[in-house]
Amino acid sequence: MMKEENIVICRCEDFTLKELRELLEQGFNTVEEIKRVARLGMGPCQGKTCGPLIKREIAKYTKQKIEDLDREASRPPYGGIMFGQVVGDDIEK
Amino acid sequence: MTLKNKAGIVIIGGGITGTSIAYYLAKEGFKDIVILEKRYLTYGATGRCGAGVRQQWGTRQNCLLANESMKIFENLNEELQVKRDIELKQKGYLLLAYSEKEYELFKKNISVQHELNIPSKLVTPYEAKQIVPILNTADLVGATFCPTDGHANPFLTTMAYAEASERFGVTIYKNTTVTEIKMKNDKIIGVQTDKGFIETDKVVNAAGGWAQEIGKMVGLDLPIYSERHEILATEPVKEILGPMVMSFSYNIYCQQTPHGSFIMGCSPENEPHGYNQNSSWNFLETMSKKVTWLLPPTQKLRVVRQWAGLYNISPDKQPIVCESEKVEGFYMAIGFSGHGFMIAPAVGILMKDIILKKDLTWDVTLDIGRYERNEIIAESSVV
Repeated sequence: MMKEENIVICRCEDFTLKELRELLEQGFNTVEEIKRVARLGMGPCQGKTCGPLIKREIAKYTKQKIEDLDREASRPPYGGIMFGQVVGDDIEK
Repeated sequence: MTLKNKAGIVIIGGGITGTSIAYYLAKEGFKDIVILEKRYLTYGATGRCGAGVRQQWGTRQNCLLANESMKIFENLNEELQVKRDIELKQKGYLLLAYSEKEYELFKKNISVQHELNIPSKLVTPYEAKQIVPILNTADLVGATFCPTDGHANPFLTTMAYAEASERFGVTIYKNTTVTEIKMKNDKIIGVQTDKGFIETDKVVNAAGGWAQEIGKMVGLDLPIYSERHEILATEPVKEILGPMVMSFSYNIYCQQTPHGSFIMGCSPENEPHGYNQNSSWNFLETMSKKVTWLLPPTQKLRVVRQWAGLYNISPDKQPIVCESEKVEGFYMAIGFSGHGFMIAPAVGILMKDIILKKDLTWDVTLDIGRYERNEIIAESSVV
């Protein structure tokens, strides 16, 4: 079995399962709190990769069903978009 | 979870202000402090703010609070023995003036700042470009720069105050909503929550965007209101912007955090008072136009997240930090008008002085009575 320090949960922040379990031990047991202390879900993937993995760990740790956990906020624009794409060619004051 | 049934003081609000007050009070030996937070620490304005810390203000009081807080931020990792660095970055704030009138105001502000030895200075458009090479200096009349301003991580600073408070015996209840403040003969006797009742004769209102609602619970109609301010963040990239760049007239603030992502926002127009914290597409469009004109290389940056938070605005854009004249034992640290995070260390110390009935550590007038006495010098330098 792979060691938990070698399992990367969040690729944007290079955060391992071991580090995630340490946060759970410290009382950060919701997706929103873990996001705020460790930036998980704030990177380019916006939690699309790490989110379900984090929730599975929270569910296990707090002995809840994954579907009973609070749903995390889903923030626009739901996929990276360049400022230049929004403004097009009309850059003006 | 069962709540304690009695507390020496109940602080309502688990943001930077509530945790800072708890820390300085507990450090002085005050016992049985409880913090009540409706959701989780930093859910409200603290966790939604622009993470800037600046000392370049227009009123002496705001300058003083920000300057004293900066001295504390500089040593906060050591003071609080933090588990996680608060990510203080002091690469300055560059404030841009787009008219002679605005530049004249900046000159006045600088003289106020210099009385407190804040190391700000006037700079020409040419010098501004040296400080921020990616800046478009078109139409720029002048600017001011303070090299010791910068950034700190609001989440981690709050967690640091919270964890240091807990080491001094403070109890923090998350997911606990205050429903009523019980009174008897005009005196506070306790706080009712959705998880139980806590007997206490002292309550601190540190509820940020919801502070006026807490005021109503003791019959006070507080002179503050809340207003949505939107903000966004980009993917992290290598450092291309050292200082926070800010303009009041062009209405923007933009910084790159030590982590590499850009955070930026602007003030809304015709925003109704209220508790809306939703994001809008209009904001993304407005922000994109503003930032690509001001800092052209940002055209290639990807926005990954938009959100919004509440400014709790007072009549003079300076906070109200005092005990109520009408309700004994009801303390307020409210009305921060968008700059609560950066002055929270000083506010925590002042509130500690007020609660312990000591002389104030600094000579400031932040009581609510100032509005009736007409002793108002309004802050003009806000975005």
